[in-house]
Amino acid sequence: MKQVYFTGDNIISSLGFSSQENFTSLLQAKTGIANFEIPGYYPEPFVASMIDRNKLHALIPDKRFTLLEKMMLLSVEDAVKSAGVDIKSDKTIFLFSTTKGNIDLLEEPISAQFETDRVYLWKMAEVITKHFGNPNRPMVISNACISGVLAINTAAMLLQNGDYEHAVVVGGDVVSRFVLSGFMSFHSLSPEPCKPFDAHRNGLSLGEAAGTVVLSVYPNKQEPRFIFAGGASANDANHISGPSRTGEGSYIAIEKAFKEAGIGSGEIDHISAHGTATPYNDDMESIAIKRHALSRVPVNSLKGFWGHTLGAAGIIETVALLHEMKNNTMIQTVGFSEPGTVEPLNVITKPVEKELNTCLKLASGFGGCNAALIVKKVTL
Amino acid sequence: MSTITNQITIANHKIFKNGVLFFEADPALSFKDFLKASWKNLKVKYPKFYKMDEISKLGMLAAEVLLMDIPYTDIAQEDIGVVLSNAHSTIATDINHWNSVSNDSAFFPSPAVFVYTLPNIMIGEICIKHKLKGENAFFISQQYDEALIKRHINLLMAQNKIQAAIGGWVDRSEEDYLAEIFWIRK
Repeated sequence: MKQVYFTGDNIISSLGFSSQENFTSLLQAKTGIANFEIPGYYPEPFVASMIDRNKLHALIPDKRFTLLEKMMLLSVEDAVKSAGVDIKSDKTIFLFSTTKGNIDLLEEPISAQFETDRVYLWKMAEVITKHFGNPNRPMVISNACISGVLAINTAAMLLQNGDYEHAVVVGGDVVSRFVLSGFMSFHSLSPEPCKPFDAHRNGLSLGEAAGTVVLSVYPNKQEPRFIFAGGASANDANHISGPSRTGEGSYIAIEKAFKEAGIGSGEIDHISAHGTATPYNDDMESIAIKRHALSRVPVNSLKGFWGHTLGAAGIIETVALLHEMKNNTMIQTVGFSEPGTVEPLNVITKPVEKELNTCLKLASGFGGCNAALIVKKVTL
Repeated sequence: MSTITNQITIANHKIFKNGVLFFEADPALSFKDFLKASWKNLKVKYPKFYKMDEISKLGMLAAEVLLMDIPYTDIAQEDIGVVLSNAHSTIATDINHWNSVSNDSAFFPSPAVFVYTLPNIMIGEICIKHKLKGENAFFISQQYDEALIKRHINLLMAQNKIQAAIGGWVDRSEEDYLAEIFWIRK
């Protein structure tokens, strides 16, 4: 089995249009979540993390692309630049991670500008892949909030097997009336910026973002290098909109990721959790973490910076993890002040320097799905 | 290597089990009524079925007919995966949700509808009903790409992450539907 390296990345979010800009804001504990009141867009004020859309449209004025496509185009362009990968090669595969894609096209009058099939996820993927001149049929994963981690795991598996040499894994979702109203109906939106793992957490904040990681079987030139050490997904088989009370699926996903990486709990330096700040999700993760004897490992959730960015979440949070590992600095959980999960967690409350060699990324979502992936720092 | 041992196809109000007609309903029935009649015919007590959206019902129906003859209790729950795909994601339910929120003066989003606007909810429903806890993935492609689904499952099996899986295609557009799923075992 081939070794798979993380060779390039990007984040397009409310905190900036590059990984570096974003990471700088994370270090400064600057949140991208704000209050909005936009009559005509949404019938009531809402709290969310929104990108600078004017800046995006100025960078890509081409009206043939939708909002999300522009975010993804910019993200891929920047990530492949840093990775130095040939995206026109048939040895490079594109994978997309999104929950709702161009769902905002259902809204008039945006829909009038595009063919009706543009709302389908395969079409969006085709438009972007064609733009970059990649000859392979792109793969699209739409698996709720684990889509990003699952797309990285899937890409890694293809590269390990030698099917391709490089993978461009891009994820994204936008804040839309469609999604806001849905989460509102669930009463899962926090009236203030979300508070992951906090005793007074009161639901999630939505966010829009795009993110890209480039994976390759060839290591990049610069140290430190990061490898995909293991990854897995699992289902709770319990409830479609409520996480398991025993953290079952998350527990299994972590277990299988450990097995692939050939490691145990003792080797994990840091956990980047899903941490949506809904009461149930955060409790569930604390239970899964405890079942693996990981409760003392420093854990953070970055949802307090970007909100829950759905199909982008697993990707941009993995990018942030790579930058934490590169800088040997763990980012604090913005929004957290008072412990309040059913099982205790070692929540990071200020930037902490620590040698980070092996880290765990978690994700969970509607449909009872859970995913885990492990990143390792290596020297050649 | 892995072997596909059982296959189900549901199209044109007919259910085929391993190529043999298993059930058929009056072609004049609505899709909704066809699903209801097909489920009733199975005599499975599972009231939750009636709360699902139509594409989840289609996936549930296909999985129920598929698994009824398969002894799989020798495989651990966490070693059975579900890997499905389609072209239209959950478009019918998306439009349903959209119609309830598109107008400020008629703004009535429903969580019972919204939760079904994710294609992998169908996987979740199948996992709950049959206690399957292994790998999940929902892929979107313009046409059914059986090779892609099989490759994904085979790679998971080669890495010992699963021993068996349900794989296939469960699609519903505004006009038509098709389910083609299989059981594959290492």
